[in-house]
Amino acid sequence: MKKMFATVALVFASTMTFAAGGANVHLEHMSPDLDDKASLQRGLQVYTNYCAGCHEMKYARYERAANDLGIPHDLFEQNLLPADKKIGELMTNSMNADDAAQWFGATPPDLTLEARLRGPDWVYTYLKSFYEDESRPWGVNNTVFPSVGMPNVLEHLQGVRHMTCAQAPALDEHGKPKFDTLTGDVLTEEQCNVVVQKTAGQLSEEEFDQLAYDVTNFLVYVAEPSRQEAESLGIKVLLFIVLFGIFAYLLNKEFWREIH
Amino acid sequence: MSGQNKLMAWIDDRLPVTQAFEKHMSKYYAPKNFNVLYIFGVLSLLVLVNQLLTGIWLTMSYNPSAEGAFASVEYIMRDVEYGWLIRYLHSTGASAFFVVVYLHMFRGLLYGSYQKPRELVWLFGMAIYLALMAEAFMGYLLPWGQMSYWGAQVIISLFSAIPVIGPDLAQWVRGDYLISGITLNRFFSLHVIALPLVLVALVVLHLLALHHVGSNNPKGVDIKKHKDENGVPLDGIPFHPFYTTHDLVGIAVFLFVFCTVVFFFPEMGGYFLEKPNFEAANPLKTPEHIAPVWYFTPFYAILRAVTYPLFGLDAKFWGVVAMGGAIAILFVLPWLDRSPVKAMRYKGWMSKVALVLFCISFVVLGVLGVLPSTEARTTMAQIASVVYFLYFILMPFYTKWESTKPVPERV
Repeated sequence: MKKMFATVALVFASTMTFAAGGANVHLEHMSPDLDDKASLQRGLQVYTNYCAGCHEMKYARYERAANDLGIPHDLFEQNLLPADKKIGELMTNSMNADDAAQWFGATPPDLTLEARLRGPDWVYTYLKSFYEDESRPWGVNNTVFPSVGMPNVLEHLQGVRHMTCAQAPALDEHGKPKFDTLTGDVLTEEQCNVVVQKTAGQLSEEEFDQLAYDVTNFLVYVAEPSRQEAESLGIKVLLFIVLFGIFAYLLNKEFWREIH
Repeated sequence: MSGQNKLMAWIDDRLPVTQAFEKHMSKYYAPKNFNVLYIFGVLSLLVLVNQLLTGIWLTMSYNPSAEGAFASVEYIMRDVEYGWLIRYLHSTGASAFFVVVYLHMFRGLLYGSYQKPRELVWLFGMAIYLALMAEAFMGYLLPWGQMSYWGAQVIISLFSAIPVIGPDLAQWVRGDYLISGITLNRFFSLHVIALPLVLVALVVLHLLALHHVGSNNPKGVDIKKHKDENGVPLDGIPFHPFYTTHDLVGIAVFLFVFCTVVFFFPEMGGYFLEKPNFEAANPLKTPEHIAPVWYFTPFYAILRAVTYPLFGLDAKFWGVVAMGGAIAILFVLPWLDRSPVKAMRYKGWMSKVALVLFCISFVVLGVLGVLPSTEARTTMAQIASVVYFLYFILMPFYTKWESTKPVPERV
């Protein structure tokens, strides 16, 4: 059921002002796991192979990512580092911004902070929400980001999806599925903005979901590479403050014994 | 005499160190009945020191230019050793400053700490609050994100609502036709040099004035009326060591909360670090919804609540007047309160109701200022704004008319 729900995305194109993931679009939840180094490494790999040509991460450095994700420098240099780059450099590309604006209608945004700007749920849902739309220059559109300028570079992996009329879960005004009050079943209704799979891709649905998860996870990491260090240091700092607080309390009690 | 004492005597002959320490710490007699609300002055000082120190270290790596500002903040976050910690301490500190200052001011309202003879303590405090708002506003432009840029654009454009000189004044403040690198540079200069100097000087004056007249207390009892044979107030205790040790406990509690935010929730759900600010400033792309940081939203809501043009001047101008008035009216508070008693517990029911309504209106305005305006919300903001102003305008009447309870002689 959850899966069926996951294949359905709603478009309220008429009320959308700008595709910043407005409140009207239902976003799938994604909980990042920065301890899952394998996932982060796969995410970096997908970013390098599919995204980096157009999308820079101009505030992040290769070396930091290699160190944080536990990738040995020699392996990184052989497999992930562009030929013209040194490992200490920023993750930029050589695409001219003005050219890109002409090709895609807008310069592809830098992705360093994308996950902090829009949130992991948005990124995850966006990656999965492309569908066939012949009216668009690249033949695809996106339910989360209507009139998106980006082609679906992951299409051969995900397969082609298109919008059609089908039975789909009826949603209430909060974007949550409605349930039959007697049987507890999800209520469905005929909807004409349902995105369904048209042709299969190289990956199964689960595999593609995992890929989207990994990319999102990596973007969450790179948006704030200090997160894990902050949390492990934070615990120690809080413990110290508690200890300090206990001694401060006892000292205070000792002094104030004589005050009535 | 031991070596240490000799050294102190040598210094004291040339600089009144011991005398100053006694005057402000070990022989500064504070009422012994301070409650938890009296911690926020010390905490304001703590946060000020935090802002000054982290600010110095941020300035070492920050690049005040339109081209480099945003990237330099990310450089601090990624490449500078513990840069992320310094930056989060500073960004969280900004919000924490307003939290403790608002609670400090609430304490003043509750116990009448602004009343005679503490009018100047209140005025210096208000000047600190004003300087703090300017400091926070200018600091917010420096990361050069979308919200930095457009927030500043909106606020500075308010000057243009002033008739005749407005547009030129706004341009003079910006130094350009729109917010640009020139604005960023002057804001940087004011944020790191001019306003911190003003703030520190005002804090010194605030404390000197306070220590000259002595601290108020939750009962509003004047402890100087009853002194022992040595001239020490019977209900007073030396600030050091009693309140220094007392405050350490409060500081520990504060630091626990503060560090929890710094290390685990530095964005605080988008209220301390607003999400659009993770995108570099773009003069060609206006964000969907521009909201000031939370600590300005009560006044922003008052600004937006004024929707009627008057005397041929448009509503925006009167909104600016109302917003300015909402802050200005706080300055004259000591002369609005005509009550013979200081503390709320001895005032009448009207003062109590008025303070509760005032606090509710302030919070409601704060919430409304974050949200995009709708017709219903504008109506709510108008009602809350009227309540806000009535609290002050009616104060001379209700504080005079109501019957008060007698204040005890001793705490």
